[in-house]
Amino acid sequence: MTIASLIASPSELTDAASNKTAIVLMTRIRLARNLAAQPFPGWAKPAQRTRIAEICTAAVAAATPLKRSLNVAVDQLGELEKQILVERHLISRELSGSKQGSSVIISKDQTVSVMVNEEDHLRIQVLRAGFQLKKTWNVINELDTALEASLDYAFSPTLGYLTACPTNLGTGMRASAMMHLPALVISSQMEKVVRAVNQLGMVVRGLFGEGSDASGSIFQISNQTTLGESEEEILKRLTSVLQSIIEHELNAREKLLEADSGKLFDKIGRAYGIMQNSHLLNSSEAMNLLSLIRLGIDLGVFPDANRSTIDRLFIEAQPGHLQHAQKGEFDPAQRDLLRAAHLRSEFANFVRPDFTLINSNGKN
Amino acid sequence: MANPLKCDLCDKPATVHLTQIVSNKVHKVDLCEACAQAKGVTDPSGFSLSDLLLKASLNPESGPGAMRCESCGFTQADFKKHGRFGCPACYDAFKGMLEPMLDGMHKGTKHTGKIPQAALARQTLHERLSKLELDLSDAIKSERYEDAARTRDEISQFKQAPDQSPPR
Repeated sequence: MTIASLIASPSELTDAASNKTAIVLMTRIRLARNLAAQPFPGWAKPAQRTRIAEICTAAVAAATPLKRSLNVAVDQLGELEKQILVERHLISRELSGSKQGSSVIISKDQTVSVMVNEEDHLRIQVLRAGFQLKKTWNVINELDTALEASLDYAFSPTLGYLTACPTNLGTGMRASAMMHLPALVISSQMEKVVRAVNQLGMVVRGLFGEGSDASGSIFQISNQTTLGESEEEILKRLTSVLQSIIEHELNAREKLLEADSGKLFDKIGRAYGIMQNSHLLNSSEAMNLLSLIRLGIDLGVFPDANRSTIDRLFIEAQPGHLQHAQKGEFDPAQRDLLRAAHLRSEFANFVRPDFTLINSNGKN
Repeated sequence: MANPLKCDLCDKPATVHLTQIVSNKVHKVDLCEACAQAKGVTDPSGFSLSDLLLKASLNPESGPGAMRCESCGFTQADFKKHGRFGCPACYDAFKGMLEPMLDGMHKGTKHTGKIPQAALARQTLHERLSKLELDLSDAIKSERYEDAARTRDEISQFKQAPDQSPPR
């Protein structure tokens, strides 16, 4: 498979949208693994990095879920291609900036990706649309076991899987959910939620991980610690935290509708109007407007069939995807024009909001 | 202020004092304005306290002398600089400074999760085989030919078992 055909195919993120993905858009688990008796990527010399990459990519490409996958060295990818993979959550920003000897293997359906020589020798990732921690764990656990049959992992009976950074020791697992929480943002409760979630040993980040902003009211919630608990215990704890966040978001939606439905309808209606008529949209504004339309779908104001369009546009509004679609590189001001034009055309025939269809709790 | 607190990341006076309770453990970090900004502490959408604690706990002056990993040459100063280790063996070399750090960073200090059964079994086997080979050459050197013959048979038995080949 080539990078061009991968970019042209729809990704799990946009293709599997349904009302089951209303609040949790995506579940993702990654495992950090390293080869025994080899220096970690950040400390390895170029020749060692190359050797490590050879061993790892051979083993990974032979694993069943990664047959007929894209297998490419990072230095073979163009800037725009890397940006697109970052926007699809298939590679990290760190990998996209890494030196020679790093590569990535991505399954055809874009649910499995393995980064080689990122911070660790192997960063195995599986993602699934919706709230599917168990299923995602089963898939990644099986892949990890398959890789272990041919790779000697660095492992200590007391410290678990040995990783370059001690914050990933033990299970080496980070499980996360990408959540759309517009009502908590609108009612200014997000800060409170972040604090509570932190106290439970979980971390809240923006859409693109550490340091990114939370435009579009999309957050990633993941486990903070990796040592001292089994994978199952971590997933169980994360699941209950996520369930309670979902509960809070649904309550916040109900409160917004009860207290001041006019204000909420106005936001959604205006978002629709701007989508149809604006000529300049930066990506943050576009994300926030799409978020309101998506909330409208959850509430029944727009038909559920339009959800996948919105989830696709969340990705297509990103700078990398936008420039790739327009076949060129553009400065931010030109991008804002192009983005608005793209959204205008998508919304030209988008069904009008019908506020009489509101379902009071948004729990459709 | 007679003795102002210093920033945990640089040496400027600290103006941001942060206390966070994670899983019933209290973590405190003191930062200067610039580091607080840079680390996104002021950003309500979240930041990683554990990363901060990691860097803050790595004072090269503290701890017994300058530790160094024999296997990859990594030093404590390297760790302070990168916040990452050099190789898996570093975890043994820096054991002393690691333990208190892990206690603050994780839920526990002992792994209770998945174990790479296949890889470990292969490793144990590989170790046994190398030991047998060592025994063999010892036996030959000291002219204990009966021992040598027995060890040689054991080795060939090991090598014949199809799924018991040593790793590459």
